[in-house]
Amino acid sequence: MGDVLVFAEHRGGHFPKTTLIAVNAGLEMARKRGGHCIAVLSGEGAPAAAAEIAKYGPSKVIVLDHPKLAHYLADAAAQALADLVKKTGAETVLATATAVGKDLMPRLAARLGAPMASEIIAINDDGTMVRPMYAGNALATIELDGPVRVVTVRGTAFDAAKPADSAAPVETVAPELDAAALKMEFVGFNEIKSDRPQLTEARIVVSGGRGLKSGDNFKTVLEPLVDEMGAAMGASRAAVDAGFVPNDLQVGQTGKVVAPELYVAVGISGAIQHLAGMKDSKTIVAINKDEEAPIFGVADYGLVADLFKAVPEMVEEVKKLKH
Amino acid sequence: MKILVPVKRVPDPATTIRVMPDGSGIATDNVKWVINPFDEIAIEEALRIKEKQGSGEVVLISVGQTAWQEQLRTGLAMGADRAILIKADHPLDTLAIARAIAKVASDEKPELVIIGKQAIDDDSNQIGQMLAEMLGWPQATFASKVELAGEKCTVVREVDGGLETIAFPMPAVITTDLRLNEPRYASLPGIMKARKKPLNEIAVDSLGVELAPKLKIKTLNAPEKRQAGRKVASVEELVQVLHTEAKVI
Repeated sequence: MGDVLVFAEHRGGHFPKTTLIAVNAGLEMARKRGGHCIAVLSGEGAPAAAAEIAKYGPSKVIVLDHPKLAHYLADAAAQALADLVKKTGAETVLATATAVGKDLMPRLAARLGAPMASEIIAINDDGTMVRPMYAGNALATIELDGPVRVVTVRGTAFDAAKPADSAAPVETVAPELDAAALKMEFVGFNEIKSDRPQLTEARIVVSGGRGLKSGDNFKTVLEPLVDEMGAAMGASRAAVDAGFVPNDLQVGQTGKVVAPELYVAVGISGAIQHLAGMKDSKTIVAINKDEEAPIFGVADYGLVADLFKAVPEMVEEVKKLKH
Repeated sequence: MKILVPVKRVPDPATTIRVMPDGSGIATDNVKWVINPFDEIAIEEALRIKEKQGSGEVVLISVGQTAWQEQLRTGLAMGADRAILIKADHPLDTLAIARAIAKVASDEKPELVIIGKQAIDDDSNQIGQMLAEMLGWPQATFASKVELAGEKCTVVREVDGGLETIAFPMPAVITTDLRLNEPRYASLPGIMKARKKPLNEIAVDSLGVELAPKLKIKTLNAPEKRQAGRKVASVEELVQVLHTEAKVI
């Protein structure tokens, strides 16, 4: 009763921090529902990743083994997980709201006829959950009815699981798939290579907005500050819309949600949609020439200045600090 | 080719949302209602496919109240051919909405369903994926590029750390991301024409699908407001306070 299946995402055997966050949220859910937390993996490199995940506290790790699961595709993964829910009698299936989690879990919910809560930020003792709506301007307390429920968790709202004293057993399960119904085909992955930290994992995030005026200025003005601070680079939706930077960098309601120790917003006005993606950061700095900009309403430290002067100066000041 | 585009009515993204003091919902007085921005991108993509192919039909579908006609008319003014309003006077959860749209889709038999990746009110990001599963179709979420060749569809998707390309036969469901296209505005002749385009209403109860909500919102609360801090006078001061006061660098 109350068992939780955690979909543990990995790429070729390596898993991101968001996977440890899913495991930790799964452990909390299982504790509150009187069940066990079972991590589930599939795809190339799954056995290696499973052996690692087993050290982070789940009761059991299951590797789903099927040729159709070699590369993640929503149709096959949803079939395999639904089959596993039936085999295990699990009550909750949980993943972090990454691109894969968002892609897969609603499809799984539909297959199970189960209700789904997206991007929850808290699990209450009475079984209810809390999730933001309206770009974080409202927090809904929700209840999911029925024998099975599907949940994604917001990565910034839960801590990563910590290594446990012992490793859980790893089991391999061959799911029954209706191969004729699987029509999706993986063609390729064009990775955006970067030596910088991941946006959702970085301790410091420096983001640029429309105030940067061009993609070139992101490179010549913002990037030196990003690198001097050892930060991840982010952007507002306006900067993405204007074509300055790829969507992968978007922080906000329709992009990534981040909560680093330090968030530096440069030339970002602070539209509701942007605030939704960064307002839980520990310390927020805003640099903007418009002193009325809404970003100053959430910033711990605001600097009213021309960013084209202030940012290069800041690079020098940060440099001095290091010497 | 027939393309079905589900459309949601949402508060204008620029609206400041206030939660009612009793936690029952949001204050809707003075709210301007618009088509969910990601659904606008979906309409645009459907229109572009139709224009490129030189033939076809773009059908809009909504699950909501009579007032939703307004957004369907806007979509028709952009260039969609006809619209279907599944009338539901009580709130439905995502499963029920997906079931209702899937039922109509199985009657309409479109080659593609194109839908926004998420609605900017409840931010659920569920309907497209649920539809795909209910119809037994492939899905391509977070699309930034769509290419059609015969029966085959190739989609570039915005995923964590890069762009993924997948391919599949149609019929299929595609959900739109921000960079797929820039939606057109409705032209004046478009608005005139839209008035005469068919907009059919179907009662949700007549569809024979399960509607009882399994997801219930118990209360809605306003989040704690973050307090504004202070202004600093110079870059030098900023870096100093980050070092000595906030201790983050």
